[in-house]
Formats: sequence, structure tokens, C-alpha cells
Amino acid sequence: MKVLAAMSGGVDSAVAAARAVDAGWDVTGVHLALSRTPAALRAGSRGCCSREDANDARRSADVLGIPFYVWDFAERFHAEVIEDFVAEYAAGHTPNPCLRCNEKIKFSALLDRALALGFDAVVTGHHARLVDGVLSRSVDAAKDQSYVLAVLTPQQLRHAAFPIGDSTKEQVRTEAARRGLAVANKPDSHDICFIADGDTQGFLARQLGERPGDIVDADGTVVGSHAGTFGFTVGQRRGLNLSRPTPSGEPRYVLAIQPKTNTVVVGSAAQLEVDLVRASRPVWIAARPAGEFRCEVQLRAHGLTSEAVVQAGVDGLTAVLTEPQRGVAAGQALVMYDGDRVLGSATISSAERTRAVVR
Amino acid sequence: MVYLDHAATTPMLPEVVEVIATAMGRLGNPSSLHTSGRQARRLVEESREVLAEVLGARPSEVIFTSGGTEADNLAVKGIYLARRAADPRRRKVLISAVEHHAVLDSARWLAEHEHAELVLLPVDGYGRVLPETLAAAIAEDPAAVAVVSIMWANNEVGTIQPIERLVELAHEHGIPFHTDAVQAAGVLPVSFIGSGVDAMTVTGHKLGGAYGTGALLLGRGVECVPVLHGGGQEREVRSGTLDTPGVLGLATAVQLAASRRAELTGELLRLRTLLVDGIRDAVPDAMLNGDPVHRLAGNAHLSFPGCEGDSLLMLLDAKGIECSTGSACSAGVAQPSHVLLAMGADEARARGSLRLTLGHTSTEADVQAVVEAIGPVVERARRAGLAAGLDSGSTAGLASATELASQPIWDRP
Repeated sequence: MKVLAAMSGGVDSAVAAARAVDAGWDVTGVHLALSRTPAALRAGSRGCCSREDANDARRSADVLGIPFYVWDFAERFHAEVIEDFVAEYAAGHTPNPCLRCNEKIKFSALLDRALALGFDAVVTGHHARLVDGVLSRSVDAAKDQSYVLAVLTPQQLRHAAFPIGDSTKEQVRTEAARRGLAVANKPDSHDICFIADGDTQGFLARQLGERPGDIVDADGTVVGSHAGTFGFTVGQRRGLNLSRPTPSGEPRYVLAIQPKTNTVVVGSAAQLEVDLVRASRPVWIAARPAGEFRCEVQLRAHGLTSEAVVQAGVDGLTAVLTEPQRGVAAGQALVMYDGDRVLGSATISSAERTRAVVR
Repeated sequence: MVYLDHAATTPMLPEVVEVIATAMGRLGNPSSLHTSGRQARRLVEESREVLAEVLGARPSEVIFTSGGTEADNLAVKGIYLARRAADPRRRKVLISAVEHHAVLDSARWLAEHEHAELVLLPVDGYGRVLPETLAAAIAEDPAAVAVVSIMWANNEVGTIQPIERLVELAHEHGIPFHTDAVQAAGVLPVSFIGSGVDAMTVTGHKLGGAYGTGALLLGRGVECVPVLHGGGQEREVRSGTLDTPGVLGLATAVQLAASRRAELTGELLRLRTLLVDGIRDAVPDAMLNGDPVHRLAGNAHLSFPGCEGDSLLMLLDAKGIECSTGSACSAGVAQPSHVLLAMGADEARARGSLRLTLGHTSTEADVQAVVEAIGPVVERARRAGLAAGLDSGSTAGLASATELASQPIWDRP
């Protein structure tokens, strides 16, 4: 099998490529240049987009003895991921750019090109497994990335391989050190790769300009002001700078973002709880299910899981949560699981509190 | 392996390797006053005389450097600073739009840090600076021009500039003229004095010498402010302990290249004709970039519509054929070539190009290998190009959906 290993310069993708070599596959390493103006050196906790990261990937490829190239996907990344990220925030949503990058770049632009060039699959260092072709959680629950891959269609997953999904991060690091890969102790990346200083609000303000408006509580009383609704996400507590505290002194959270009226609605933790989630653009691992079914849903990249009863429609679904959840934001993915196996995913469009709470 | 990237670097001549290896075993700083120092100095000065003779210059006009980039930096920055110091009105730096980055970025640096006004001279569709273009740029305000720098031959598309005519135009106004002759020196009968240029860059590794060796030929009367400061070893213009083995290698390579030039040029022209004709037979819509006549003998630069240069390079590399998509950037990303864009190519044509450069080790078998491989490679790269189109569907290249073996569990209680 001839595969293209996407190598970010991090330890996960380096070990994934190494295991692909061990599997006897014909492996070519590719680093995706995603920034129009790459910095010379890595800064902060970003893990991919500097020339130093490209060089780390190259050095891993050298150790593995595989051909290595840098491919420029900066324009495509900007159009598909960064512009989408900004537009989603402008619409009052909370996007996940890593998910979008998997959907539009790694397993679309890159995969399409790889297949056309005669490769059979794209190999990445994601912490996830393919069990009988079905996307499943990594054995390392804390590092599991199946959530940001669940948007992939079965056709895309047929040409994907995730060689490190059956190992923990610690095992991956140990193996990297044993193999002599210099990235064995490279710090994990956390921040959004295209926001160099980690300041998402500042980035959005530069892209969208300041748009001052009111922060109101659930009954419409103005309790503060903001520089732009894009600075907020549902469930956010810090950074509100409210001028009027609640009578009881309990903390307030962002309940809703309303870009049309340029308003941010805040309220108590209890008001944040939702039990009905609507989602659109569903992707199923097989045929769309008829009727209701019970499964586990995950509503954020890390945590926020609940049992739910899902009702699937033609172009959307609703999930009634067994346990009410706080911080469910439009724009995030709703991913459905049967144990470790992914059943499908959809994009959250709205969430609310209903009477049909199943306690 | 089929190596068709001689413009990037060409194999060192065995004679050069031997000369350098021998010299590396010998002690002596050419600036030392004792016996071993004097012996090293003698080798350096003999090399200087050889280089001067072959390149049509006086020995005192040879300034050894660490290569082409340093020589270009020294000429563009040093001559600009000296000219401006003599007359503060002289702030214009006139360079062609197709210069190597060593010249282009030096001039940009002057614009950003030394109040220079950068004037990029446009080129025609072949990449030539027309004499009237330079004449008009000078005529705007001759007294404001500090320096002109136009390469002898282009490193990407191989186009040879009408250098002597351009020099005359600058000299009509007493303006010094620098040329980057890095690509030209090995294959063209380059003469420093004969051409009239005031400064000329050459480098070792493009003509069979070692990496990290080069020279700036600088006319005796041309003022030039140093870029590197220190011992002032080279005419007080360039500092740094001289690299005796490298200098010897450079002189040996230049001398051998000159003695073999006529024969090699004929062979390169023959091979390149076979190469270009063979590629066009296999890929009829391939387009030759650059001047079809006034071009370096070993250079074939072609655009393949619908292909990404990256894809072509990778597919050929996998077949053991090594070539280039144009100038390599430090991050390894192939950017659309500024040379092709300056020649009026659109971004797609610029991205879909390959530079195949022949040299002293090239054979007909090399050419045959490319001609046989190029058809299927272009076809495959074209499919990838289609798949990469922004307008195509997100899974355009994927096979049709296949049912997975797993059973859905929708109906579980």
C-alpha cells in the first residue's frame, strides 16, 4: 500500500508515519504549509505552522528514511478554515477549526490530491481508531480526537489510517524516544494554529472590527457592554467584566449570543442547562437511521457527554439529553457514540431547556 | 539517478576535489607572515591571477567571498552606500524584476533601512530587460540613480540579458553597473573588462567548484562600502580569513570550465534540443518559458497546464529523476516564481512549471529517461490538479461510496 503521511512536526504524526513504515507500506511524508507567512521559529503552544515545525517533520522523515515534501495549502486553508472560523463567530456560533481542517483540508484537499497522485490513503497522527472501518475513540480517553474526525464520511475514512489510536500519548512519546525521533519530548500543541499569540478575541477583533453592544440578563436588563459578540462563547464565565453583580453574588455565564441585535445574554449556571439539542448537516457512518435511538452524545471537543435519545430527520436531528448539559454552543459538533464507536455527527444549531427533562 | 538540476548545483569536478583535499592537508593562514602563511598566500594569489585571467579582469579586481549571495549583497549594498555617501541625491536602485533573491532582497533591504528607492525594471515575455526600459528609468532622473544591477543570465528560465548594451546606457550617466553572473560564468564567454561592468558576481558550486566559495569582481575605481567588518583581508572591502582550499578550487573550476566551454556548450545544446522536443512530443501543450534563442545552453524551463509543479517534482523524484520547480524557498514551499510572474505568466502557469537544467555530467540516457517518464507523470499530476480545484466537490477524487461491513445499531432499545 502506498500512503501519504501528513507530518505536522509533532510527535504523534511522526510515530504514525513510523508505524506506517513498519507496516510495510510505501510511505511518503508531507508537511502542509498552512500559513501564508510562516514564522521562522515556533512560538507558544502552537505545534505546526512555523518553519521550525516543518523542519521537525523533515528531521523525523530523515530518521524514518522516507521521502519528504512540503506542500503549500495556505490559500486553501485560508479559504476553507480561517474564513469559515471568522464567519462562524460573526454569526454567533463557536466553530471548531481543527474539525473543519480535517473535513476540508486533510481528508479533502490533501486526500483528493493523494489519491489522484496514486496514493491509497492518508495517514495522520490523530488519537482515534478505525475498528473494522468504523471510527472509534482512542484508547487514551484524555487525548481522544474522534470528535474532530466524526465529520468524515465513510468514503473519506476508507482512505484514512490512524496508526496511533491504540496507544496512549505516553506510549507514543516513549516509542518516539526509542526510535530516536527528536520530537519525542516536543510539547503538545493546544492553541489554534493560525492565531500566533493565542489571543482569539484579539484575532477576531482585527478581522471583524469592534462592534460594541450590550450584555443583558435573561429579562433584558442591561448589565454590561461588550466590544463585539464574536468575543464570546456559550458557557463562558471569565472576561465578561459586568458592571452589575447579581443580588446573590453567584457567577454569571454567557447563555446566548445574538448577532442580529448585537447582544450577549448572561445568566446563572442553572439557566445555562439545556436538555434538547438541534443539529444540522448530519453525517452517518452508514444509512440514515429511521426512528429514535439511544446513544451517547458528545457536545464539545473535550468532555460534555451525555446519554441521549436521538431522532434523525432528512437534514437534521434532535437529541434529548438524559442529563442536562451546560455550555452547549451552536457551531460545535454533536457526535454520537455507541460505546467507543462513532455513529455519526452533526453541527449544533440550537439548544434549549424543555420540560421533557429525563432525570 | 537522473540529475537535471545543474542550475541548483552541479557536481564538483574531480580535479577540484583533489586540489581542495590536498590543500586542506596544508597549514597556513594567508595573512600570516611566516613561511606557511606565505605559502598559503602564494596559492591564493595564483588563484586570483587565474580567476582574473579567465574572467577578463585584473587580479586586483578579484574579491573572494563565501559565494554568490555574499557577493551580491556586497555589490548592491556596498556600491549604493558609497554612491549615496558621495551624493545624497543618489537613492535609486535599479534592478530587473527577475533578479535572484540575493539581489532582490538586498535592494529591498536598502529600501527599508537605508532610504533607497527601489525601481524594478519590467521585463518582456521572454524575461529580457529591453534597453529602452533601462534608458527610460534612468532618464527620469539620472542624478538620482545610485546603482544598476541586472543579471547576466537568469537562474530560472535561462534568458540571457543584452548586458553590454545595458552597461553602456548606465555609463552614459556615470552610473555603476553590477551583474550577477552566477549562472553565466560557467557556460558563457564572460569577460569583466570586455563587458564594461563595474562589479560582477560569480560562485564556485555552479561551475564545478566547492560550495561556499565565490568572488565579486570589483573595478579598481568603484567605491564600495564593506558589509562584513574585520581584518579587511580583501582590499579593505571584505573581511574574513581567506579559505585557501576553496579559493584554489574556485580557480581550478573556473579554468577547467573555460577550457571545456566550447565543447560542453555544443553538447548541452544537442541534449537540450532532444529534451525539449521529446517533452513536447509527449506533452503537446507544454510551453517553453524564456527566450528560445538567447538562453543558457543547459536550461529547459517548461510549464505544464493544469499541473502543480509540486506534484510533477514528487512524481519524477519517485522515478529517480531530480529537477526543480523554480527557486526553492527556505521552508521548502514552492511559491509561484516571481520571475514567471514578471514575464506575464498567470499564477497557474507559474505554479505548473519545471526547471530541467543539464550540465557537464548529463547524458542522452538522462534525457531519454525524462522523455519516457514525462507523459504519464503529467497525466497523473493533471488529475491531482483537477482534484485540487477549489470548485470541485469535497471528495472529488474519492471512489464511490462503499458500504461498510459493520452493522448499524440504530434500532437498539
